[in-house]
Amino acid sequence: MRKIIAMISAACAAFALNMTSVLPSQAKEPLKVGFVYVGPISDHGWSYQHDQARIEVEKYFGDKIKTSFIESVSKSSDAERAIERLARSGYELIFATSFSHMNPTIKVARKFPRVKFETATGYKLTKNVAPYGGRFYEGRFVIGQLAAKVSKTGVAGYIAPFAIPEVIRGMNAFVLGARTVNPDFQIKPVWVNSWYDPGREADAAKALIDQGVDIMVQHTDSPAPLQVAQERGIKGFGQASDMSRFAPDAQITAIVDYWGAYYKRRIQAVLDGNWKAENTWGGFNQDMVHMAPVKNVNAELVALAKDTQKKISDGKIVIFKGPLKRQDGTVFLKDGEVATDKQLLEMNFFLEGMKAPLPN
Amino acid sequence: MRLELVKRQEHSRLMVVVSPILAITLTVILGGGIFALYGVSPLEGLYAFFIEPLNSYWSLEELLVKAGPLILIAVGLCVCFLSNTWNIGAEGQFTIGAIFGSIIPILYPEWTSGFALPAMILMGAIGGMLWASIPALLKTRFGTNEILSSLMLVYVAQYLLDYLVRGPWRDPDGFNFPESRIFDSAHVLPKFGDGRLHLGVLIAIVVAILIWFLLSKTLKGFEIKVLGQSPRAGRFAGFSSNRMVWFGFLLSGAFAGLAGVFEVSGSIEQLTPVISPGYGFTAIIVAFLGRLNPIAIIFAGLLLGLSYIGGEAAQVSLGISNKMTNVFQGMLLFFVLACDILIHYRVRLVNPREAGNDVA
Repeated sequence: MRKIIAMISAACAAFALNMTSVLPSQAKEPLKVGFVYVGPISDHGWSYQHDQARIEVEKYFGDKIKTSFIESVSKSSDAERAIERLARSGYELIFATSFSHMNPTIKVARKFPRVKFETATGYKLTKNVAPYGGRFYEGRFVIGQLAAKVSKTGVAGYIAPFAIPEVIRGMNAFVLGARTVNPDFQIKPVWVNSWYDPGREADAAKALIDQGVDIMVQHTDSPAPLQVAQERGIKGFGQASDMSRFAPDAQITAIVDYWGAYYKRRIQAVLDGNWKAENTWGGFNQDMVHMAPVKNVNAELVALAKDTQKKISDGKIVIFKGPLKRQDGTVFLKDGEVATDKQLLEMNFFLEGMKAPLPN
Repeated sequence: MRLELVKRQEHSRLMVVVSPILAITLTVILGGGIFALYGVSPLEGLYAFFIEPLNSYWSLEELLVKAGPLILIAVGLCVCFLSNTWNIGAEGQFTIGAIFGSIIPILYPEWTSGFALPAMILMGAIGGMLWASIPALLKTRFGTNEILSSLMLVYVAQYLLDYLVRGPWRDPDGFNFPESRIFDSAHVLPKFGDGRLHLGVLIAIVVAILIWFLLSKTLKGFEIKVLGQSPRAGRFAGFSSNRMVWFGFLLSGAFAGLAGVFEVSGSIEQLTPVISPGYGFTAIIVAFLGRLNPIAIIFAGLLLGLSYIGGEAAQVSLGISNKMTNVFQGMLLFFVLACDILIHYRVRLVNPREAGNDVA
């Protein structure tokens, strides 16, 4: 009998202990942060960079947060379900990392007014949806300068995915950078109609080199163009991730999408209770665009890249500043006028002097 | 000792029932093994994959939304396939149906009367029929192989959609992103429940039942099967195989077109460059998984839908890669097809010594 009483009291004590240990920890349950990726994580490219940032914030915040992700969500009807699944599973901050997730996020956000949503490269801002993006065109200005310094023919091959503002803006920024070195510099674009298609990207790169370009630029995600450049002995630039291990002798630098700093700021804001839906479009100065270490060129160019990056970051170089004309000769920016974000976001024309035509 | 397959005189009625159960059992066992190798508890993994999606009202709705287009397209295809006509291009008919169905919401957004939605649905079906009539015409007029012509037209349809959303149908307020305007609420299918369950899903199930009736209870159904199994006998009975080609293509084209307009008006609510995760191709698998029987196709569609939804749930709750979904689907199809052999064959163990004696 005594034994039984002892057991019961021990059980009660254990239960009480449990209760006390459960209650405070419930109050401090980790913040659940969800990520939706448009592609497979893979080992380079757009979704990989977001996942690297996810891993970084998980390390940084430790047990204050818990993260999960859903990858390969490319169709908008699937996106709505994936985002809603996270919202329903108690995720309080959800990063939907593709433009194609924007409208699905808006729809889900209406149903979950207390959950905070962020959409990469989106433009719609609501009470609980914050669009964010990187000013990757700043990096394109830097590589434009380097390309013009390295190229002897004055023509760069440019593997482009789609004629959308993000890509066109990058091409214009690249040419503006190159013209600071060589005013006649031209690009020869091939539109491959895909963000990731190693076969087509490689074919395009080979065709371009056969046509005499001696520097390779890409806005597509696969390392194929750089690998072709490596084989053919010319130089090029990586996209989204540092791709030097795919083309150790060819890659001069790469425009690296860096989301870690931004995600840290936003998660910290939620933890501090002062998260606000706002539009963020950050470049070098907000630590959202990185350049991979500059290699395979002389020290002078390494220094030039560093200097240009610093000047853009400090605002000493303003990339889109008048006088600038469109390809058809009409005025885009008057002398001294600086482009607004709206003008940049909807840019769908080439600048004057570019010979390549723009599709559409 | 070796295994030998012996053809049965008549197909086994027992195995018709046992084989799918056996297939699912094998998938579950092997799947559990893979989870274990992955470092996830097999029971937890299988639960997340197959049970969790079924235990909330929301995910049941999502399952129906995912399965709806698969069922609708597969039912049309089963009529086609039964009559020995091979429409492989349902994906293209789906796309054209979506485009035709979007003419009103994109070009005439002000027309919001009650007739607009029925007109959109009708136009979607007409679009699918028009696209399907091309291979039908080529086949009946010139004897062109319909497998090739219908398949190739898929790519034409997709490029047409791509052109429209990047060019003339681009949202005027959308920062030049490749998307159409968002449909007015008058152009969106009525929804039920708290999720995204829309009218189109219910129509898909009703259509499946109607086609089951057509196939099993009417003279037309008899004609379809006779022409499929023995065109010569069909001709003696006065059935025209050319008319049957037209019937099969127009019916399956109409259903695929309907599925297309339901997808854009019921779940995406705008046109985007990619509107289908390959529904038209997956529906071919669904049709055969359901053994070309409309009622069985409903279940086959739900099963395939479950493998998608379950894969997503497992990503969130267990953090496993979405490749697992592909592995599961592959295993399921493999085992279903492999087990089907037991319907027409039985397995016999052969002792090598006995076999040797037979020869001597």
